[in-house]
Amino acid sequence: MSETVKQPVVRGRLRADTITLAHGSGGKAMRDLIDDLFVAGFDNPELSRLEDQASFDIATLTSAGDRLALTTDSYVVDPLFFPGGDIGKLAVSGTVNDLAVGGARPLYLTCGMVIEEGMAVAQLRQIVASMKATADLAGVSIVTGDTKVVQRGAADKLFINTAGVGVIARGISLDAGSAQPGDCVLINGEIGNHGAAIVDARGEMALDNSIESDCRPLASLIEAMLDACPEIRCMRDATRGGLATVLNEFATASGVGIRIDEAAVPLREDVRGVCEILGLDPLYLANEGKVVAIVPAAAADSVLAAMRAHPDGVDSARIAEVTGGPSGRVTLATRFGGDRVVDMLVGEQLPRIC
Amino acid sequence: MKYVDEFRDPDMARALVERIATLTANLMTNRQLPLQLMEFCGGHTHTIFRYGIEQMLPDEIEMVHGPGCPVCVLPMGRVDDCVDLAERPDVIFTTFGDAMRVPGSRKSLLQAKADGADVRMVYSPLDALELARRNPDRQVIFFALGFETTMPSTALTVLQAKREGVTNFSLFCNHITTVPTIKAILDSPDMMIDGFLAPGHVSMVVGEQPFRFIADVYDKPIVITGFEPLDILQSIHMLLAQMAEGRCAVENQYQRVVQAGGNVAGLDAIHEVFELREFFEWRGLGSIDHSGVRMRDAFADFDAERRFSVPNLKIADPKSCQCGEVLKGVIRPWECKVFGTQCNPETPMGALMVSTEGACAAYYNFGNLDELLHKRERKAAVSS
Repeated sequence: MSETVKQPVVRGRLRADTITLAHGSGGKAMRDLIDDLFVAGFDNPELSRLEDQASFDIATLTSAGDRLALTTDSYVVDPLFFPGGDIGKLAVSGTVNDLAVGGARPLYLTCGMVIEEGMAVAQLRQIVASMKATADLAGVSIVTGDTKVVQRGAADKLFINTAGVGVIARGISLDAGSAQPGDCVLINGEIGNHGAAIVDARGEMALDNSIESDCRPLASLIEAMLDACPEIRCMRDATRGGLATVLNEFATASGVGIRIDEAAVPLREDVRGVCEILGLDPLYLANEGKVVAIVPAAAADSVLAAMRAHPDGVDSARIAEVTGGPSGRVTLATRFGGDRVVDMLVGEQLPRIC
Repeated sequence: MKYVDEFRDPDMARALVERIATLTANLMTNRQLPLQLMEFCGGHTHTIFRYGIEQMLPDEIEMVHGPGCPVCVLPMGRVDDCVDLAERPDVIFTTFGDAMRVPGSRKSLLQAKADGADVRMVYSPLDALELARRNPDRQVIFFALGFETTMPSTALTVLQAKREGVTNFSLFCNHITTVPTIKAILDSPDMMIDGFLAPGHVSMVVGEQPFRFIADVYDKPIVITGFEPLDILQSIHMLLAQMAEGRCAVENQYQRVVQAGGNVAGLDAIHEVFELREFFEWRGLGSIDHSGVRMRDAFADFDAERRFSVPNLKIADPKSCQCGEVLKGVIRPWECKVFGTQCNPETPMGALMVSTEGACAAYYNFGNLDELLHKRERKAAVSS
């Protein structure tokens, strides 16, 4: 790495309307892109140093807890902008949530972008602004990043990778394998809104409704839950694969059964409608702002009350109970009075023919 | 949700289940064999599993899940033909979503897509026609699939394309017919089915008349059935009531949708565009006379089989598969030798594991797999 000589900082300005391969070349155009879009957009002192890495004071970190949490996720979504969010909001929320469900307080994020040439600069600006707003909401800083521009067709408009670092406070121990028979399963609201909003936003169905993605950072809600009950057994955010997949993961890891009460699972009427028309099962629809928690029965009411008191958990509900088994089996008590197994999906859910 | 929740009311379900139990008990006083009722349609199979209806029924009622899943019964050779068409450089191949995953002998359409073929999922044949209009330099082929339910929309799309003079749109026609297939099942010597739930959506198109022979010639009661869970329970009750009264007739439970004469305009469009094939190959059931349709000569320009040289391969079903016996109710899905082991939804060997509407896939996904496999072992031990 080269030594930095202190001199007055002159920020580059990005004047182009579209991103070209030049913006990934390492030259002046790339510098302009980084300065004008990312450094100005994410706006924090650590990034503004323009070093190849971010550095943190260890003592500050250790004062907040006794373990570091590290996670990474890549974000691809079509369309980039959808009702209730965009790829930027998604990229920050998703990684923040992956940290938070492990009991960590999220602190820092990285941002790697792979941009397809021809992308409109205005769109990119909007996405960066959305990332910044979401990061502020979640109390994290985007402290280092990377940009690549690839030829048309080599990526679909924009891919974002974010990695995140957080600190887990002493005494918190969340583990997917720790659910016990008798425990309760809680969720912070309606399922499937993100999946249904994306189907809708692709415009293939010409459905008339107002479903918005639930995409949001959950760090603050999860902090409130852990304050109410530090003994919460495990938490996951129910993203791809939906609620059904997360519950299957819990049941398998803990060697327990889980019985869902269909009537108790919050579900919007119009999301149900989309599922009815397309033959999809809302239990498997993606969410981007839903945390599923398994809590000891004795603490269920107090955790639920704490969740409902938080703006991101107003519609929280107790939706399932942990049973003695059979091990790894998730079942659904249907509203209709029957019982069925809710297994992992084999592949993507495909709309049915008739 | 209006017009949905009314048909899923748990209290009404309980009341119906009680009445079914009473009728079943009466019917069982002078018989040993279980009452076998076949739901022909994959949509019914889906509802039965999704709402856990089988566990609500008395043990003496065995639901036999029929061949009415058009995706399941598609022979492997036809999937290979699809892949062959889709892999041509000037072709946009359009299909309903659930046909994407059906395995051919080489690959599925999903794999062909990953390998670079232009395969697109559509929700209606009209979407495929629109693609043809927007891509005049490409050949757009629609994978026409399904029973009489989906035939009218395909036929009307072809008529529309002809009216507009669209020259780059064609069908790969794999439409199949319900009645010859039910007849083939009824003619099978090991068949023991006592009554049928007739497919509601097919009936909406063809009406009641085509099903009369089941009651008149084969002396089996048959009830045209809707797709909500209460529809199914009510239809089962209607079937049992016919048996209890010693009657055999076509009855229509799905009156809110099905008219006795069917959909006349839809039938006209079907007859204008399609004619019966001499025979059609079914996965699991083999060749059945007059069980498929092809396009009439007047529409040869819209027939992908005539416009492109389709290899038309015949691939035999794997020997270990017992789909045919499952379809006829001779064995239960979990009694098949390869169920849940070599044959599973990830690597389906047989027709019935292919789509979520196939009986075996439904048992695998919604049933209790370990228990079923255990049951199979016990049964094998008893019979050996």
